[in-house]
Amino acid sequence: MDMTVSGIPAGSSIIDIDGLTRRFGDFIAVNAVSANIAKGEVFGLIGPNGAGKSTLIKMLATLLPPSSGMAHIAGFDIRRNAAQVRRHIGYVPQLLSADGSLTGIENMLLSSRLYGIPRHQQHQRIAQILDTMGLTEHAGNLVGHYSGGMIRRLEIAQSLLHRPDVLFLDEPTVGLDPAAREIVWEHVLQLRARYGATMVVSSHNMDEIDANCDRIAMIDRGRFIAVGTPAELKRRLGNDATLDDVFIALAGEGTDAERQKSYEDVRQARRAAREHG
Amino acid sequence: MDNPMNPVATFIQQTYGIIAVEMQKLRHDPWELASRAIQPVLWLLLFGEVMAKVRGVSPGDVNYLDFLSAGILAQSVLFVAIFYGISAIWERDLGVVQRYLVSPAPRSALVIGKALSASVRALSQAVVVYILAATLGVGLSFDPLHMAGVLVAIVLGSGLFSTFSLIIACIVKTRERFMGIGQVLTMPIFFASNAIYPISLMPGWLRAIAHVNPLTYQVDALRSLMLTNSASEYGIATDLAVLAGVSALLTAVAAKMYERMGY
Repeated sequence: MDMTVSGIPAGSSIIDIDGLTRRFGDFIAVNAVSANIAKGEVFGLIGPNGAGKSTLIKMLATLLPPSSGMAHIAGFDIRRNAAQVRRHIGYVPQLLSADGSLTGIENMLLSSRLYGIPRHQQHQRIAQILDTMGLTEHAGNLVGHYSGGMIRRLEIAQSLLHRPDVLFLDEPTVGLDPAAREIVWEHVLQLRARYGATMVVSSHNMDEIDANCDRIAMIDRGRFIAVGTPAELKRRLGNDATLDDVFIALAGEGTDAERQKSYEDVRQARRAAREHG
Repeated sequence: MDNPMNPVATFIQQTYGIIAVEMQKLRHDPWELASRAIQPVLWLLLFGEVMAKVRGVSPGDVNYLDFLSAGILAQSVLFVAIFYGISAIWERDLGVVQRYLVSPAPRSALVIGKALSASVRALSQAVVVYILAATLGVGLSFDPLHMAGVLVAIVLGSGLFSTFSLIIACIVKTRERFMGIGQVLTMPIFFASNAIYPISLMPGWLRAIAHVNPLTYQVDALRSLMLTNSASEYGIATDLAVLAGVSALLTAVAAKMYERMGY
C-alpha cells in the first residue's frame, strides 16, 4: 500500500543522484557518486567505517551541502528545494538521538509539531505508529530508560509521522544486540510493506544487508564500486561467494599501505568536519 | 500534500514544539531551577547588603538594594541565556539538532523556539528574585501593567542573549571553546552596564560601551517597571524597541548559522 506524501508510484525513480561529491579540505569523503533508487526499494549502502556512507546520507537528507554534483528526491533538488525535500524524507541519524529526558510520547509530539501535522491528527497518527513499532506500553516512560533497540524503533516512528517517501537510516543497527537488530529490520521491512516508503539503509554488516535489501551499493573510499542486487553481486565471484568476498575482491586493488593511509585520512577528515563543519 | 494548515499556524506550532520540550524537561527535573536560584540569592544577600551601606552609589533617593534587585534580575536572566548555546552544542553532539534540521520547520521557527525556551527558564528566575526582593523589603510595584512590562523585558532580554549565545555556539561548535568564550563575554556585558551601579559613575569610554550594551536597556526597563520609586532613563518604549530590534537582527543571523549545526 502507498501512504506516502507524494503518491509517486512504486518502481519509478524517487532518488536521482548525479555526480554527488563532498570534500573536507583535501579529503574527498564522497567522490562523484551517481545512482537511481526506486520508490519502495530497500536500498543498502555498505562499506567500512569512513567509506562515506554517512556523508552521502547527510547530503541527501539536506543536512550537509554537497561540494559538487546534484541529487533530486521526489523531483526536488536537494540544494535549491531543501525545504520541499524535507517534507518527503525521514532521517534517523547514526547516534541514538531521541531525547532521553523526554518520554516517548513527548518525542513523538515534538516531531509531529515540527512536521506541521494538524493537531487533530497528531494523537491518532502517533498512537498508530507507536503500535506498529511495538512501543505503546512504553510511550509514557522517559526514553532515558529505553533499551537501544527501543530507542531506534522510537526514532524510526518519529521519522515516519509525516509519511515520507524516503526514509534514511544511518547504521540503524550499530551497537544493538542480534535480537534487537532482527527486530529493527523486521520493522523496517514491515513499514516498507505498509507505507510503500523507500528505505535507504547503511551498515557495515554485510550479512544483514544481504538478507534484507533489494539492492545494494558498495562504497569504498567515497566511490560506489558496485551497485546491484545481492544475488547479482555475488554471482560475479561464483557460487559460494559472500558479499564480504565481493567487497574484498572489488576494493582490494589498493595496497595495505594505501589503505592505512586512507584510514588516517578518514580520521583526519572526520576531525576536520567536526570542528570546522 | 497533507498539510492543510496555514503557514502562520504551522510556524507557531513548530516554534511551540521546541518550547514545549523545554517545559516538559523542567517538569521532569525541577531541581535544575532550584539550583539556578542560588546565584541571585547570593548576590542580593551578600553583595547587596554590604554595598547598601555605601552612600552615593544609587542615584537620588533610591535605596541601593532596590536599585540592585532589578540589576540582579537582569543578571540571572543574562547568565541563563548566555550559556544557553552550550545546550545547542550538546544537542548537536547527541544528534538532536540534526533531527530538528532535517524537518521542514523554517530555521527561524527553530531559533525563535530556542530563544523562547530560554525565556521560560528566565521567567522562573524572575519569580525567585521577586520573592527574595519582597522578603528583603524592596519597594516592588505589583501593578499588573508593570508586571506585564517586566515579563516582556525578560522575554526579550533572554531571547536576545540566548540567540547571541546560539550564534557563538554555531561558530565554535565545541563545549570547551564555548565555555571559555562564554566566561569572557559575560563579565563585560554585566559590568559594562547599569546593572549594579549607575552609568553616571563610569569613565567616559566605559559609558560609551554601556550605551551600546543591550543589557543596559533591559535593566533600565526592569528597574522602572519593577520598582515603585524609580524612573526610566531612556524611556520604556525605547528600551523595549532596542531589545526587540537587536533580537530580530540576531534571529536573522542565527537562522542562517543554525544550519551549520547539521554537520
